[in-house]
Amino acid sequence: MNSFKNIFDTYNWEEIKSSIYSKTSKDVEHALSSEKRTLEDFKALISPAAVPYIEQMAQMSSALTQKRFGKTIQMYAPMYLSNECNNICTYCGFSFDNKIKRKTLTDAEILKEVEVIKNNGFNHILLVTGEANQTVHVDYFKKAIELIKSQFANISIEVQPLETEEYKTLHDAGVYSVLVYQETYHQEVYKTYHPKGKKSNFYYRMETPDRIGITGVHKIGLGILLGLEDWRTDSFFNTLHLDYLQKKYWQTKFSVSFPRMRPAEGIIDPNVIVSDKDLVQLICAYRLFNEDVELSISTRESEKFRNNIIPLGVTSMSAGSKTNPGGYSVEPDSLEQFEISDDRSAQEISKLISESGYEPVWKDWDKTLA
Amino acid sequence: MQLLNIAGKEFKSRLFLGTGKFGSAKQMEQAVLASGSELVTVALKRVDLETDTDQLLSHLQHPHINLLPNTSGARNAKEAIFAAQLAREALETNWLKLEIHPDPKYLMPDPIETLKATEELAKLGFIILPYIHADPVLCKRLEDAGTSAVMPLGSPIGTNKGLKTIDFLEIIIEQSNVPVIVDAGIGSPSDAAKAMELGADAVLVNTAIAVAGNPSSMATAFKMAVEAGRMAYESTLAKQLKHAMASSPLTSFLNE
Repeated sequence: MNSFKNIFDTYNWEEIKSSIYSKTSKDVEHALSSEKRTLEDFKALISPAAVPYIEQMAQMSSALTQKRFGKTIQMYAPMYLSNECNNICTYCGFSFDNKIKRKTLTDAEILKEVEVIKNNGFNHILLVTGEANQTVHVDYFKKAIELIKSQFANISIEVQPLETEEYKTLHDAGVYSVLVYQETYHQEVYKTYHPKGKKSNFYYRMETPDRIGITGVHKIGLGILLGLEDWRTDSFFNTLHLDYLQKKYWQTKFSVSFPRMRPAEGIIDPNVIVSDKDLVQLICAYRLFNEDVELSISTRESEKFRNNIIPLGVTSMSAGSKTNPGGYSVEPDSLEQFEISDDRSAQEISKLISESGYEPVWKDWDKTLA
Repeated sequence: MQLLNIAGKEFKSRLFLGTGKFGSAKQMEQAVLASGSELVTVALKRVDLETDTDQLLSHLQHPHINLLPNTSGARNAKEAIFAAQLAREALETNWLKLEIHPDPKYLMPDPIETLKATEELAKLGFIILPYIHADPVLCKRLEDAGTSAVMPLGSPIGTNKGLKTIDFLEIIIEQSNVPVIVDAGIGSPSDAAKAMELGADAVLVNTAIAVAGNPSSMATAFKMAVEAGRMAYESTLAKQLKHAMASSPLTSFLNE
């Protein structure tokens, strides 16, 4: 398969890292004054040398985002369908070796959860699972999508990597976008974070967006897990990946999420701490490099951070989220993937967005367009 | 000033507005009212047809404001035609801003799919205003297909770069048998005035108003610029002279 692997294999983690860390203020100023920014400019913008320029980056990022997306923030809610998982991921609450009762929602339970999510005002939904191919497979997803399709304008999934044919099936069933995060592009340590299960295959995961792209799914979501490895180097690779995909699948939209490691049942501590300042730098750097990529912030982030991030470059936010299957009403105490940090309701977040001078957008797609 | 006539309907205002990108629906409504616009475009994908209290629509309930649903999000003719039919039924208008941009990065309109969709939709009785490149040949092809107007871009959508396509817009305006509405890239009132001076029949503005520090006073500024530009066009602009008049004329012997 002609995939991102061909490009990725020509890069070396340590070389990229040292190149980022040797960027100077001159490189940053060059990047800031360029109209079309290159990957070298992106390196400069995420480098330590750019830290003194964060305010300027934020101003530019805010203006560019408004130009492209207007003063709007899209609202979405995650719905966890299952926490069954056959992978061992040392940072995840759903990890196979975490001996806690597992749950996969039935049709009736899905509808009950949907009722709460709809009552919270949502029209865009993100379906999330672990990886349990025996029980939570493409047929399960297809059935779930068909079950809820009439109630949502826009359905996204964040599930285990699938085959092209399976993505095609789900796209035909009504899936608008697929999210799949590489977690880390550091190939050598990837194996230590993912010692067991299908997820331990680094390349299979990395080639997933290619398998999605050729099906014509409307949007692909990328990301790394912030806290595993050096966030600057990892973000460079994520951007390299994005850049490749955007040129190849030119009819597809892309989004990037910024999950920072959160406390969860039985997981390791973060290897690196990504501060609020780091995250702001990263978000602004993405916007300055890529004017049209959608940037998403979840309830993993604190109230303070979310209160202030709205005008800086993000384009979508979740709210009132539950990260456990049945969390909205069916089984509020089931095993969650991670503790959310901002537990304010969707209505509170909507009000916050309005008060920041932005319009919360609940519907920005129509199923008739699929 | 002359009234603008599109498909038999008359408009006093030659400024059309987009309704996306505003910080709130209220702000959008105020800007639309300040602009004096009588035709505003609404993305079908943003409208919640399942509720009768849709945020966008409920702020556009004024007798002088006509809705122009658009097919933003459609990647090909088939999707656009489907969306158009839904919009016609739900919003009770056969007016349509046809937008087909398969490229989500620069939102470049697809000329092939747009022509295909125009042919089909014209047969289905739609009043079609297609968003297109400033391509004079495509404009003539769309006329043949039954379009009611053409909406060529001034520069890439959302860029506020002004009339980068000016040479092609002039050809389109010169040749067109249907109204020409300059659609994308108009970043400031002076761009709008310039387009009107060239003889464009109308302009459509969204980003430059929605993202302005004060959207409703910017809308007023655009209203004035469009009127000034049109008035200048109708008054026949004095020609620019590239060089001074020769002091020793070459043909004075004819008077001797």
